[in-house]
Amino acid sequence: MRNSEQPAVRAEGLRIVRGGGRHGVVVIDGMDLEVPPGQVVGLLGPSGSGKTTLMRAIVGGQSDVTGTLEVLGLPAGHPDLRRRVGYVTQSPSVYADLSVIDNLRYFGRLIGASQEDATRALADVDMTRMADRRVGVLSGGERSRASLAVALLGSPDLLVLDEPTVGLDPVLRRDLWNLFHRLSRSGTSLLVSSHVMDEAQRCDRLLLLREGVLLADGTLPELLERTGAADAEGAFLTLIESMDTPMDKEPVR
Amino acid sequence: MSPRLTVATAGRVLRQVRNDPRTVALLILVPCVLLGLIAWMFNGTPVLNRTGPLLLGVFPLIVMFLVTSVTTLRERQSGTLERLMATPINKADIVLGYALAFGLLAVVQALVVIAVTVWVYGMEVAGDLWVVVLVAVLDAILGTALGLAGSALARTEFQAVQLMPVLILPQLVTAGLMMPRAAMPQALEWLSRGMPLTYGLEALQQLAAGATLGDVLGAISAVVAFIVGALLLGTLTLRRRTA
Repeated sequence: MRNSEQPAVRAEGLRIVRGGGRHGVVVIDGMDLEVPPGQVVGLLGPSGSGKTTLMRAIVGGQSDVTGTLEVLGLPAGHPDLRRRVGYVTQSPSVYADLSVIDNLRYFGRLIGASQEDATRALADVDMTRMADRRVGVLSGGERSRASLAVALLGSPDLLVLDEPTVGLDPVLRRDLWNLFHRLSRSGTSLLVSSHVMDEAQRCDRLLLLREGVLLADGTLPELLERTGAADAEGAFLTLIESMDTPMDKEPVR
Repeated sequence: MSPRLTVATAGRVLRQVRNDPRTVALLILVPCVLLGLIAWMFNGTPVLNRTGPLLLGVFPLIVMFLVTSVTTLRERQSGTLERLMATPINKADIVLGYALAFGLLAVVQALVVIAVTVWVYGMEVAGDLWVVVLVAVLDAILGTALGLAGSALARTEFQAVQLMPVLILPQLVTAGLMMPRAAMPQALEWLSRGMPLTYGLEALQQLAAGATLGDVLGAISAVVAFIVGALLLGTLTLRRRTA
């Protein structure tokens, strides 16, 4: 199977400046992180916590990244990774004036995927019936699914998904999480971001992010035990409060 | 770089264009209508024969420049460019794919517009007509290439629309349309030599006056050199990593 020893993502002293030039904002300053392979890892945090910036850096689309950031054992953005990492941006990045299947065919050609891959990816996101529809006439949720299907084309080793389940109906959301776990069982590593804390229970492992700082890194049961909270939302609150109180400065990790 | 990916990209762009028949109609009809207006206005004078070939080079350039600027801006803003950059595709494949797709469109546009101008409006070209077609197509591709290079400068829709007056209008002023280049102040004459549009229009002017391919080969080579330069610039200014 795939190299299961190597972490999917490893960061050390990671610092990311967003916006560039003199107006740049330090979004992440000195983060250490390890995403184990073959698991569904949730990157949870409120909007503005740095989830998208971190993901952009991992897929090699972000400039002003310093420190160590390795993806599948290679420096992030390495040309060899472009075939091995699938990325779904938060807003659906598919061509609105093409049909779903034409989008899949084009991106498929770029990574050498076959017609069968396109058929499979469509079925994975439950869009087989909508293959010939133009993306521009689809609903927001359908567009995100089309965008996700593109990332599933090449059976990548690492899938980086930025809020893939926002705005989807509960049945579809459950189906997608099942799909994510099916993929991880076959060896794919997944990093899935969400600002909905409920999704924590769907992940093998959690990274809690707030204002560019990693508050916690572990499984949900570990997290609940450490904080004494009843759910992920409660754990998150406890962690923030413990950080904000000057008396209690010691890190929770 | 891979010819397969370049062709795949060109095919994708053409498919997008085909899904928008109104744009295709505008691309081809607008130059026809404009030339028709001139033919009508100067009916019975030799103006169409003198300026017609020039306009055959100018209109497609402007139209292709606008279409390309808007398309590439859309590609940036929809996130599809970011997604492309995360795939193995080479930056040059993207730029060449666009140039190829719009180049093919330019061929169709030039053939239709020139056919209408010659057979319907009765324009007579003293020089080789097929060379006029060639220069018109090259000018249209130049418009696409300049649009690709210029799109790196535009971050918003407002900026993209302003690129036309910024990059194309000064070229029109100095290209010898308003005043023969020989009659310009020395500095402006030199400036005009650095402008890509000058050479295409020079060739068309000479063709209108009876030149053959051999006479305008130098000017055509200059247009091709500007196309290559602009495509190179367009490739270099695409960034895999953005701030």
